[in-house]
Amino acid sequence: MKNLFSFVLLLAISTLMFTACSDASKVAEDAAASAQETAEKTVKVVKDQTAQAVNVVNSKGKGYQVGEKAADFKLKNVDGKVVSLGDMKDAKGYIVTFTCNHCPYSVLYEDRLINLHNEMAAKGYPVIAINPNDPKVQPEDSFEGMQERAEEKKFPFVYLFDDNQQVYPLFGATRTPHVFLLDKDMVVQYIGAIDNNAKNPEAVTINYVEDAIMALEKGEKPDPNFTKAIGCSIKTKKI
Amino acid sequence: MIRLLSLFSLLCFLACNTPTPPEVDTEKLPEKTTAATSKIPVVDYNGLAPIFTQKSDTTYVINFWATWCKPCVAELPYFLELHETYKDQKYKFIFVSLDFPKQIEKKLMPFLEKNPLPGEVIVLDDSDSNTWIPAVDPEWSGAIPATMVYNGDRKIFAEKSFHDFTELSDWVETLK
Repeated sequence: MKNLFSFVLLLAISTLMFTACSDASKVAEDAAASAQETAEKTVKVVKDQTAQAVNVVNSKGKGYQVGEKAADFKLKNVDGKVVSLGDMKDAKGYIVTFTCNHCPYSVLYEDRLINLHNEMAAKGYPVIAINPNDPKVQPEDSFEGMQERAEEKKFPFVYLFDDNQQVYPLFGATRTPHVFLLDKDMVVQYIGAIDNNAKNPEAVTINYVEDAIMALEKGEKPDPNFTKAIGCSIKTKKI
Repeated sequence: MIRLLSLFSLLCFLACNTPTPPEVDTEKLPEKTTAATSKIPVVDYNGLAPIFTQKSDTTYVINFWATWCKPCVAELPYFLELHETYKDQKYKFIFVSLDFPKQIEKKLMPFLEKNPLPGEVIVLDDSDSNTWIPAVDPEWSGAIPATMVYNGDRKIFAEKSFHDFTELSDWVETLK
């Protein structure tokens, strides 16, 4: 049976090839057409696999701006305890970071986020990591997935789950990772990236969050107080 | 058997005595399909910038995506459909990939081999995102997928996923 199939395939290929000899340009067309056909088939499969609706909250005019006071929230940490900013009595500020498990840009920043917390929590600025994604859309970002990742990487900071997706829209987070540095009074002082080189920590020349904290420590306003970076859109079901 | 088949196909090609293989010929077609056989250019923002300022009567559809971005991959079929819809009009499609340069061979090329896209694929590798993201569009936060459509001075930009073809084509129509 297998041999018969192979023979037919061979026959088909040879026919195609010999036709090619007579008309090279036609082959180009055929190849393009068949590539297109294959593409359509494959893309259809991709389409079916990812048919679940995915939505992105637009950044336009939504969420906290620098200078606005953030509302406190209560979210579940990977250890099962409910955490709110108000619980951290000694904090002089909060590095609220929307991040997740699946996004390559979040992964690129995991070690830097650990270092940032280790360095800054001692100064009164803990990292508050929040996963804003809906695991129904992005299964890797489930609460169990978060627990596993936190264990693997020994996250020294809280890793909270925005499971009703009510916190990230308040902040106006649009991507992961996306940092909102709050001061002691929960006023937003800086929004954006952790530093200026996602792909290569060695090539970083500006540590935006660190610099912003230094400015706050000196009683100054962070400059810049807003930066942009590539990240993964926040995954939510289509409304 | 596979080896025999390959050998046979090779012989057929040699027998043809054609100077260029079909893949190269498709490159010369006006609407080229980027398959894994094409060389994928890797540019920084300065290298990419000219695609945003073409002064012609062609409408440019520029999609920012990456193979690691699930909603980006999910909406690609609608761009294929859009390309099909506008095939008789002056539309040019450019897919700006934010795949990591290290993963071009491992991830991007195999993806494009399975899912050829109806236009150019360019990899943008520029770490200075705080400079180039606002240059692409002041409204863009940097999340992908994101899409720009422009014709001369008229331009629309969306930082969002399209959930079906109608949503995409209705949005593209707003440029007119």
